[in-house]
Amino acid sequence: MITFKGVHKWFKSLHVLNDINLHVTPGEVLVVCGPSGSGKSTLIRTINQLEPISEGSLIVDGMNLSDRKTDINKLRAEVGFVFQQFNLYPHLSVISNITLAPAKIRNVPKKEAEEQAMALLTRVGLSEKRDAYPSQLSGGQQQRVAIARALAMKPRIMLFDEPTSALDPEMIGEVLAVMKDLALSGMTMIVVTHEMGFAREVAHRVAFMADGVILEEAPPEDFFLRPKHERAKQFLRQLLTPMHAECP
Amino acid sequence: MLNYTFDWSIITSGKYFDWLLSGLLMTLKLSALSIVLAFLLGLLIAVMRMSHNRPVRWIAHAYLEFFRNTPLLVQIFFWYFGSYKILPTVINDWLNETGFEFAAAAIALTIYTSAFIAEDIRSGVLSIPKEQMEAARSAGFSYLRSMQYIILPQAIRITIPPLVNQFLNLAKNSSLAMTIGVMEMTYQARQVESYTFKGFEAFTAATVVYLVLSIVITSLVNLYNEKVLNVHKAA
Repeated sequence: MITFKGVHKWFKSLHVLNDINLHVTPGEVLVVCGPSGSGKSTLIRTINQLEPISEGSLIVDGMNLSDRKTDINKLRAEVGFVFQQFNLYPHLSVISNITLAPAKIRNVPKKEAEEQAMALLTRVGLSEKRDAYPSQLSGGQQQRVAIARALAMKPRIMLFDEPTSALDPEMIGEVLAVMKDLALSGMTMIVVTHEMGFAREVAHRVAFMADGVILEEAPPEDFFLRPKHERAKQFLRQLLTPMHAECP
Repeated sequence: MLNYTFDWSIITSGKYFDWLLSGLLMTLKLSALSIVLAFLLGLLIAVMRMSHNRPVRWIAHAYLEFFRNTPLLVQIFFWYFGSYKILPTVINDWLNETGFEFAAAAIALTIYTSAFIAEDIRSGVLSIPKEQMEAARSAGFSYLRSMQYIILPQAIRITIPPLVNQFLNLAKNSSLAMTIGVMEMTYQARQVESYTFKGFEAFTAATVVYLVLSIVITSLVNLYNEKVLNVHKAA
């Protein structure tokens, strides 16, 4: 469904993605983790070409991203993207945030789009917020609306770029629950996150990145119990016991 | 020793009142038409100015610098006296029949003001976080449709206070149209003064008209802001 072959990316002289080879199968949930600056956000952003790749080949849902003939807007409509900062449209109500793209891009009739949006809002537990504006919602609620907005396009792939990192701790659970429900429904997902509980419970595979390289790729039980790479071990130690990370 | 008898009756009824009223209507017509056109043209120039296409951007930039850095009066004269010389006879004849003074004044006011409006809209757009464009693009909207549905509606809200200023400037600048013979408010006030020597009354009337017109424009935009755009809710 998603295949990276020898993908490189440079920001000027900075080598942010270094020979990425990765294959994601339909229905798979892949969690990408790693220290900040490791290139994991860049990796996920290349999949819907928010960041173009510099070298190599990237095929998403049968579309080759290096091919200039590929209709990038069509690809993006098939790939849902959830941002760390939600990025809801502040001038639109919750329901309009969700119906905008289906109505304008897929030409879904207004009534039908609203019915689908209400079904999605119910699914993320926010049906009573249909007429609220984003500024009237908590962070967790905004992120759930953002997920519903992405799902409204009936995407074949969902990408999550640190979806809970901007949330207060008490709101993380509600967002993860929605994501877990989505994963169980068979959605192909790539999730950049530090939520190791989510990775352990929901992911089929974990990819660990550092300095633009995928250092390790393993099922969660192997990755968490028997990390092979020294950087991965160090990263997990810091995550699990941050207060003692510097003590040997 | 004040040696002047005020006579307000000349401007509140009769022939001179009719003159002033027709001047007011002409000012309204000229301002309203130019405001609408200047806004649309300004929007277009602003989008062109931010285009990824270098020649398009350059054309918009040249347009901006040209029209906002030359005096409005010169531009009015240019359209009225200058363009006349180079336009084909057919068009000139048609323009003369339909009132070339009005057309020249409307074109000058529209183009001059659109340059300022474009810059205001552009700075509004630049103040929208780039993540909004990313969110729109990643939903599958093209650049222009992202602008249309997501970026511009937000930018226009931010741009409303400076836009009101441009609209007010335009309404007041429309008085310059008298110099090419458009029979608008200032022209008619001048006429009344010429015929009656009641300059104080005539220009008081003109002053009040411009003042009320400006206040009406401000109120209308504020009302639109509040009722239609729901600015307070979608802060």
